[in-house]
Amino acid sequence: MLRLILILPTIIYCIPTFAKTIVVGKNQSITTIRKAVEIAKNKDSILVLPGIYKEGNIVINKSLTLAGQNFPILDGENKYEIFTVSGSDITIKGFQFQNSGSSAMNDYASVKVIDAKNIFVENNKVINAYFGIHFSNSSYVTIRNNTITGSPAMEQTTGNGIHLWKCNHALIENNRISGHRDGIYFEFVTESMIRNNYSTKNIRYGIHFMFSHYNSYFDNTFNDNGAGVAVMYSHNVTMERNTFEQNWGASSYGILLKDISDSRIQHNSFLKNSVGIHMEGSSRIEISQNIFKENGWAIKVQASCDDNNFYQNNFYGNSFEISTNGTMMLNKFYNNYWDKYEGYDRNKDGIGDVPYHPVSMYSMIVEENPNALILLRSFMVSLLDKAEKAIPSLTPENLIDDKPMLKPNKL
Amino acid sequence: MIRIENINKRFKKLQALIEINALFEKGQVVSLIGPNGSGKTTLIKCILGMVKADSGKIYFNNELINGDPSYRSQIGYMPQIGRYPDNMKVGQLFKMLKNIRNVPAEKLDEELYHQFKLGEIADKPMRTLSGGTRQKVSAALSFLFSPEVLILDEPTAGLDPLASEILKEKIIKEKMKKKLILITSHILSDLDELTTHIIYMQEGKLQFFKEIESLREETGELKLGKAIARIMKGEKFSNEWIDKMFEINKEGNIY
Amino acid sequence: MLKLSKYVLYDIVRSKIILAYTLFLFLVSFSLFNMEENSSKAIMSLLTIILIVVPMISMIFTTIHYYNSYEFIELMLSQPMSRRKILLSEYAGVSVSLLSSFLIGVGIPILVYSPDAIGFSFLFTGGALTLVFTSLAFLTSVIARDKARGIGFALLLWFYFALIYDGLILLILFTFSDYPLEKLTLVLTALNPIDLGRISIMLKMDVSALMGYTGALYKDFFGSGSGILFTVGIMFLWIILPLWGALRIFKKKDL
Repeated sequence: MLRLILILPTIIYCIPTFAKTIVVGKNQSITTIRKAVEIAKNKDSILVLPGIYKEGNIVINKSLTLAGQNFPILDGENKYEIFTVSGSDITIKGFQFQNSGSSAMNDYASVKVIDAKNIFVENNKVINAYFGIHFSNSSYVTIRNNTITGSPAMEQTTGNGIHLWKCNHALIENNRISGHRDGIYFEFVTESMIRNNYSTKNIRYGIHFMFSHYNSYFDNTFNDNGAGVAVMYSHNVTMERNTFEQNWGASSYGILLKDISDSRIQHNSFLKNSVGIHMEGSSRIEISQNIFKENGWAIKVQASCDDNNFYQNNFYGNSFEISTNGTMMLNKFYNNYWDKYEGYDRNKDGIGDVPYHPVSMYSMIVEENPNALILLRSFMVSLLDKAEKAIPSLTPENLIDDKPMLKPNKL
Repeated sequence: MIRIENINKRFKKLQALIEINALFEKGQVVSLIGPNGSGKTTLIKCILGMVKADSGKIYFNNELINGDPSYRSQIGYMPQIGRYPDNMKVGQLFKMLKNIRNVPAEKLDEELYHQFKLGEIADKPMRTLSGGTRQKVSAALSFLFSPEVLILDEPTAGLDPLASEILKEKIIKEKMKKKLILITSHILSDLDELTTHIIYMQEGKLQFFKEIESLREETGELKLGKAIARIMKGEKFSNEWIDKMFEINKEGNIY
Repeated sequence: MLKLSKYVLYDIVRSKIILAYTLFLFLVSFSLFNMEENSSKAIMSLLTIILIVVPMISMIFTTIHYYNSYEFIELMLSQPMSRRKILLSEYAGVSVSLLSSFLIGVGIPILVYSPDAIGFSFLFTGGALTLVFTSLAFLTSVIARDKARGIGFALLLWFYFALIYDGLILLILFTFSDYPLEKLTLVLTALNPIDLGRISIMLKMDVSALMGYTGALYKDFFGSGSGILFTVGIMFLWIILPLWGALRIFKKKDL
């Protein structure tokens, strides 16, 4: 293999009319990537052999394929942005980026892409970066199979793992992101897809959407992030088959929905989050076939939400199922399975004959006075809840599931 | 052997014992008599440490009774009403006490145990026993460890005449061994032949503490009851109880 | 002392009430695990048993046992046996039997069906509450004069810890909702053994909820090593202090 690689330049040199591959390595004629990029022409490839390259900032503005062999290390010495990319048809793969610089003024990244099209960033490792991979004003980009590991400091001094601003048609898949501010950040991004990513231990959110419409994310796992996943000020977002787990904290959620409309949340699993879904100002969202298990609060629906449908979800072992801050409820609940349901089914159609009130008196109390959480599962609280169930006075009367399932929905 | 100095005890409203002083010596059989609520049982319980006196001191063999329970190894106590763990069998009760006291077998006095034929009911749980049988158990237990001092609270109440006689014989036997025996009783006739000293208590006060012979000489009465009555009348203690006691005596027809 | 406890224990076991209690716990927990399709309802019911039923039974059983053993205690007092020893033996006997009832009745089903952190927090809390309420019942029994009062007093105390106390906390939380009350609630919960036990279970069961809101404070505190030590320590105090109080009173008490 090695020999082949050594022979390759000779061959390429002999056929200069075709796209050529420039090899960069310590013992090669070209020892720096900067030089290779300089001499390369559009559609050329640059092969970087193993080694440590400390070349400061490298600007790539030609249609090149840069490939690393056995992850050559590109070190930013905590000062420089490593790759600054612009243009079209550029592929960057197989590198290990480390120690790219951080700055309060500029969003330094390991790979920064500006005004570009058809960009592939694949199979890279990014270690200890301020921003990992940063795209702005680009379209048709693919970010795939990267491992991005930050060393989390403060929220202000850590950038995002994958950051997209004003992009469209992006595909982000099979990445593993940890230790950044937000795992994946979308702002003004449309018609993009995020799938099969694993986002864990990020300081703020696993995914953060702002003003990003017509996107979908599915089969991702969000584990132990500061505050889960936040989807804000967007519409037409599809969220499917994701797993949200152990997002623990005072303002921590599986998903935080803020001003979201016309979206779908289906077939997701919410496990052991402080709050499974927190919704405010959201409307026309279909929330169905999800599993909510052992969350503090399965769903918090603020009174500002309307026209949302919750159906065929399964609720198990949540400390609180639904809580809300008002007495009006303009959302529909039906055909959910609630493990705390105590009704009966006389006609044996699998649907309970008595409606279920998923909002307990106590959850209203806790909403009003969080300190009362200390009384969770006390005898007095269960008496209060029983009394409230008999004579509802505080809980919203119309927040009921009038067709509760007796057995869990098959999902 | 037992010295009681200035004992006072008050139960809420009731002044149970007022300035009690007494000295009991070996070989004495002291009868504590007095009406109900006169403080007899309280005094006994003070000696046993079951009731803590408000003031005053009690010495046992010149040692102040003060928390250390070891002196009680020399006391055999037969309570007025003996109640025992319901489910414990008679045999187990004896076994347990022997086990707890850890006294070598040759020092055990099982005479009453045999005479009352308690061995035959060794398998019966205590709750099935009649009051009288319980008294027998209590009596046998109080003598079991051959103590130097015997404190018997209403020993013959509830016992059938035969058992009563057996117990009396036993008390006399122990008296011969120069032991100190304290007995409370309502019925004087039972005590007459045993008693060497009499304490009469009323309303918490020790009215008199006299040797029986001197009592008889003073009053010229052979019958104990009458002797007491005379003394009390002389000292202006008239009381319905005295009359009642006389009646019993008359019916008892012992003298 | 060990000898005495052995007999107390024997007496309790023979009374069969403790066997019924064991069987009750066993059947209930077993069927809860078996019959409920979803375990969260089973866990809730089990929680009620541990936080409410176990303390109540412990208190009532102890109180009744104490009064039933009154004469036995009296008998022991007439023996060379210190009061401290007698009461501690009674405590040991009662607590060991109640504790083993609980560990068998609830422990075995838990070990079979749910041998995880939640299960063990159940066992810890149930066991600790058994000891605490046995200890509290000894205190109330020693203070109260008769059985009826004793049971009444015990039930009142149970009611206070099981229900009224939490109501008071809620009242305080709402009355002073403008003030930072986190630390205060922390202290308040420590002053109720049932709350303390409940929280140690909650830390395992509702960790997600506890991490929300100010709950994180409780989690941080109780969940940390020193917090666990604190919980165990306070529970221990709840066992020791009432017992110590009972001993003090018992030593001065007239029997």
